[in-house]
Amino acid sequence: MMLSKKNAKVFFFGGTIVTFAMFLFMSYATLTNEVPKRTHEENLSAAVIEGKKIWEENNCMGCHTIMGEGGYYAPELTKVFERRGEGFIKAVLQSPSPWQPRGRKMVAYNMSDEDAANMVAFLKWVGEMDLNGFPPKPDYKSTINK
Amino acid sequence: MKYKSQKIAYYFFALALLLLVLQIVYGFIMGFARIGYDGLHEFIPFNTARAVHTNLLVVWLLTGFMGAAYYIIPEEAEKELVSVKLAYVQLISLAIVGVIAIVGYHFNYWEGRKFLEIPRPLDYLVVVNVLLFLGLILATLYKGKKRTTTAMVLTMGLVFAALLYLPGMIWFDNQTVDSFFRWWVVHLWVEGVWELILGGILAFLLIKLTGVDREVIEKWLYVIIGLTFISGIIGTGHHYYFIGTGSIWIILGGIFSALEPFAFLAMVFFTIGMYRKGEKKHPNKIALFWTVGTAVVAFLGAGMLGLAHTLPGVNRYTHGTLVTAMHGHLAFWGAYAMIVFAFITYVMPNLTGRKLYESTNGKLAFWLSNIGMFGMTAAFGVAGVAQVYLERKMGMEFGDVQNEIKVHFYVLIACATLFLSGVSIFVWEFIKYGKPNDEALITENGIEE
Repeated sequence: MMLSKKNAKVFFFGGTIVTFAMFLFMSYATLTNEVPKRTHEENLSAAVIEGKKIWEENNCMGCHTIMGEGGYYAPELTKVFERRGEGFIKAVLQSPSPWQPRGRKMVAYNMSDEDAANMVAFLKWVGEMDLNGFPPKPDYKSTINK
Repeated sequence: MKYKSQKIAYYFFALALLLLVLQIVYGFIMGFARIGYDGLHEFIPFNTARAVHTNLLVVWLLTGFMGAAYYIIPEEAEKELVSVKLAYVQLISLAIVGVIAIVGYHFNYWEGRKFLEIPRPLDYLVVVNVLLFLGLILATLYKGKKRTTTAMVLTMGLVFAALLYLPGMIWFDNQTVDSFFRWWVVHLWVEGVWELILGGILAFLLIKLTGVDREVIEKWLYVIIGLTFISGIIGTGHHYYFIGTGSIWIILGGIFSALEPFAFLAMVFFTIGMYRKGEKKHPNKIALFWTVGTAVVAFLGAGMLGLAHTLPGVNRYTHGTLVTAMHGHLAFWGAYAMIVFAFITYVMPNLTGRKLYESTNGKLAFWLSNIGMFGMTAAFGVAGVAQVYLERKMGMEFGDVQNEIKVHFYVLIACATLFLSGVSIFVWEFIKYGKPNDEALITENGIEE
């Protein structure tokens, strides 16, 4: 193949510029049209934002995952509000000793009522997003007739 | 070596290897926690260990890249580094910021954003440090006699990497937007501009080790980094399938990220092709092992194992499971850790003047670390696939699944021990070489090339 170095250089710079332009355009469209709708930005209350801060300050995603992103050491929390409800979440966050279901320990955060309420608001908001069908619902059904 | 200032590279490599060993220690802490030995929980909970483990990875690799750049740029530009003193300042300040960050993680001083846990005030220090580094590299290039493609690609990679750090420093109220820009840093680093750095170092090593004409090697370098960007930039979309960012990414992200392995495949053909083509065989055989190994393991770990779970239909089930840890370990090892090892192996005889080209220890380090890492990858893979079926298909509770797959973490720890023994031998060899010295300086017609 008689590809010259100059051609290869054009391939690199040309390809980069074209795909990067496409990427920027798609990013712009996503952030202006899609994200506000799918994440229900109108529900982004002060409590939710405060909850996000607490989420970050304690590096919760160092163990848990949210929207599938995080540490794989502790449960996925995207749908935790729907799955466990407010009371359970607060009990975990306000526990003065390490919560340890099935032997695996969580840091004891001993949170105030306000912080715990903000965390619940944040997790509820995350749970209402449209995430293209994530997390998938388990769909195994036994084929043995009961 | 040809320039006295290249000696600075040695100290960067020493720091990089020290941080790597520390990274592995924290990996063991996590591995043991997973099988129930979590005695350190109170002082080093899992999220601390994880932040330290991944951040040390990023920092030691960057330290290695910087060391490589300080060696490569003077040689390619045919000019001493503009200021060795400032390079030492940069090294020491880098180490200090790193230590503060790592210690801080043990005291809840961080921001919990995967891979970018360094708190905002320290981010600014990182920026200053990197600007100093880039300033030294760019000034040397500017004043140098030559601006080779290899040097330009390497420098471009380093400059882009610095620029891309910035989107990760902005606060967003919306978790989705936060994540969106976090991937601009993390994805566009490891599946984008870091591959320019990898390509630049690889090209330099191939020029030195195979003796193939520079023009030929640099032509293919352009093709490879072209393939990388064309697939990898929009390939960012594979992080946007399920975080509230729309369906367009499912289609385009899926297609483009499925093309990403081609860049790595091209790298394999390129590396092996140049090795075969080379008329003269460099006596530093172990450096060749690591160089060819980089391309092959990067293709398997980053390319094929990435492809294994990048298609949206598959990823819906594997996203957020240990399958990602499987891919992550072999990808980082193959693409980035091994290229730093290759470079260190190549430069140590040149820096110290000790031509220890053939050694059993060198080969042992290569094989033990690689076999260990493949075993670890398999252990993560089996655990991850089991998790996907039990949790995502059968609907078993997370904690119950974790107890079911515990056995694979015993295997993980056994393989990690093998891996650590390989790395330890490598570090031991590094120490045995001793410090760089000016007696190792050679003239243009020296034997180094």
